Amino acid sequence: MSTTLIEITSKQRNSNSWEEPFFINMGPQHPSTHGVLRLVLELEGETIVHCDPRIGYLHRGVEKLAENLNYNQTVVLSDRLDYIASAANNVAFCLAFEKLFGLEVPRRAKLLRTIVGEMARISSHLLWLATHALDIGAMTVFLYCFRDREWLLNIFEKICGARLTHSYVRVGGVRLDFTQEIIDELYKFTEEFPNRILEYETLIDVNRIWLKRTIDIAVVTAEKAINLGLTGPVLRGSGVPYDVRKFRPYDAYSEVEFEVPVGERGDTYDRYKVRMKELRQSNWIIRQCLDKLAETKGEPVLAEGAPDLLIPEKIKEPEPKPHPKKGFIFTGKEVDVVPPGEAFASIESPKGELAVYVVSDGSNKPWRLRIRTPSFVHISAIPELSRGYMIADLIAIIGTLDVVLGDCDR
Amino acid sequence: MDFNSLYIILSALVLFLLAMFHVAYLTYAERKIIARMQQRLGPNRVGPRGILQPIADVLKLIQKEDIIHPGVDKPVFVMAPLISLVCAASGLAFIPLWENFVLSNLNVGLLFILALSSLSAYGVILSGWASNSRYSFLGALRASAQVISYEIAMSLSLLSVVLMAGSFNLQDIVKAQLSTPYKVYLIPQIVAFFVFMVSALAETNRVPFDLPEAETELVAGYFTEYSGIRFALFYLAEYFGMIVMSALAVTCFLGGYAGPFEIPGIPFFWFLIKIYAFLFFYIWVRATLPRYRYDQLMGLGWKVLIPLSLLNLLVTAFIKLLI
Repeated sequence: MSTTLIEITSKQRNSNSWEEPFFINMGPQHPSTHGVLRLVLELEGETIVHCDPRIGYLHRGVEKLAENLNYNQTVVLSDRLDYIASAANNVAFCLAFEKLFGLEVPRRAKLLRTIVGEMARISSHLLWLATHALDIGAMTVFLYCFRDREWLLNIFEKICGARLTHSYVRVGGVRLDFTQEIIDELYKFTEEFPNRILEYETLIDVNRIWLKRTIDIAVVTAEKAINLGLTGPVLRGSGVPYDVRKFRPYDAYSEVEFEVPVGERGDTYDRYKVRMKELRQSNWIIRQCLDKLAETKGEPVLAEGAPDLLIPEKIKEPEPKPHPKKGFIFTGKEVDVVPPGEAFASIESPKGELAVYVVSDGSNKPWRLRIRTPSFVHISAIPELSRGYMIADLIAIIGTLDVVLGDCDR
Repeated sequence: MDFNSLYIILSALVLFLLAMFHVAYLTYAERKIIARMQQRLGPNRVGPRGILQPIADVLKLIQKEDIIHPGVDKPVFVMAPLISLVCAASGLAFIPLWENFVLSNLNVGLLFILALSSLSAYGVILSGWASNSRYSFLGALRASAQVISYEIAMSLSLLSVVLMAGSFNLQDIVKAQLSTPYKVYLIPQIVAFFVFMVSALAETNRVPFDLPEAETELVAGYFTEYSGIRFALFYLAEYFGMIVMSALAVTCFLGGYAGPFEIPGIPFFWFLIKIYAFLFFYIWVRATLPRYRYDQLMGLGWKVLIPLSLLNLLVTAFIKLLI
């Protein structure tokens, strides 16, 4: 059996019609696979015949870890998912936990959450624009974006002390209130930021090479996008106006006005345009929330009955029990720390729809936690999108899907 | 040794040192200028304002371990950077730097420079082949295809200059330019100049045509597997190529060493000023533009630049015939 197989193979090798496919291994250490994505490419010349994403190089078992940490500690884990926009992850986790706990978040905390969520969106989109432009070869945009992202990260540092892994949002509200200094700085930022967006657009928006590299590349029709499970700016680039902030408003999104930008053709350029418009919308949302913050000055930022940072493992309720000698004694009856049940929350994270599903068995730790991250779904769409394009386009496709491997591998 | 050969050796030495100095400080200037354009500082640690950075870089690269991994075709792997560098650098010998200062006053100087820059494609393709790495191989394929196709457009654009001057000798081309009313060929040959500039960018593998070494696609292209001083040789070749192309542009389109007025005491003054302007252009483009895709690049070369330069050549020939 084996000899015949070898014979067949050698026959094929000798005949002229049989050509050995050219495989190339892109990643996990490649300058433009953004982290540790590995793509095994089958090429024909420079054209991609097949692309096979291999993931798992950044797997940390977040879902399993969460089963051994209490609810407030799990929020800290969520920072490490999409580390570019950790505030958005915090919000998703806290929304699910609050549903479980049955907490009502105060209005000021909702506004603050909306502000940090949109700041996270801006910082994520800036990083996306920077790396996407760098991948296509425009180096200057990269540094301009990082300059402005730096400003935003400095504000984050003033808000909560951390630049990347904030854990600013906690179950029942937020950790700290904004100081006046932060509010002033944010006003200054929102004032200046639209000019900065114009600056990036003058560099690449009408650049012929940029247009040639992005228009009609990786076209996704609305139907295909829905079938592939794409969400976020990628889906909206295909013309589907789906935005969780509009459909199932959470936090303070029902109070603010904003538009959901959509594309027409569903190509790389449209997705770029959608994200640029989203930057403006985010800026506008932050501005509105800042104005509303003045109305709620002095109000609490943490819900009443919000769990302490260290949730006790067990709570015992004193219960009188008859005793033969002493009449009766008080013994403890264990009660549930957290109401048992399940909760689901989804938010519009910068990359797409981020959903958290949590099941509680009454202890202080989630019995099971499931996270639906956009990057994982988007990576699974790469083979479908890249077929028939060239290596240079594949780089643009990875960029336009905006994947973060921490988000994908969890 | 007679006086004449001594003179040639000395002037070759002067030229080489001058070029090396320029290459070293071109890297520094590039980093500083791009840093300025991108709102950062650039090198500023070694010496005042980082002025000694190129020297530190060279020292570092010489000390680095020279890795030749076991899969390579060793003699070819070692030869390839040398071919690139020699072909890129020796083009300078035919450029008239001064009225009477040209190392080798060849009658076919222009042809020789074009031949050398074609030959440097061998360095690229051999390095990619010998490295036995797929990224290098793809980079080498891209580079050779690009260099060969843009060579045609560049030669055709220079041919119309030759037609106007009536000589392949670069010294004669400069003199012929000075006898025209504008003193430069830039104005009558503006189309050829445009084609030449674009092809020169492609020929030297610079942005927006830096596909062979596109780091976001092919890691480093054909020199992915090179390290230490061999890696530096490829870099030297690239910068020498930039200088030779700028010098060629100055000589053929901008009146060479001649300037609007004489500056006594400083040799090569106008020549250097013009070259610096071109090099600045190279750097400026790098800070501004994204990168073309491989097939778009070939399309631009074959569908736009070559027909344009052919048309320009025809028109030039007709006008030359009529006058």
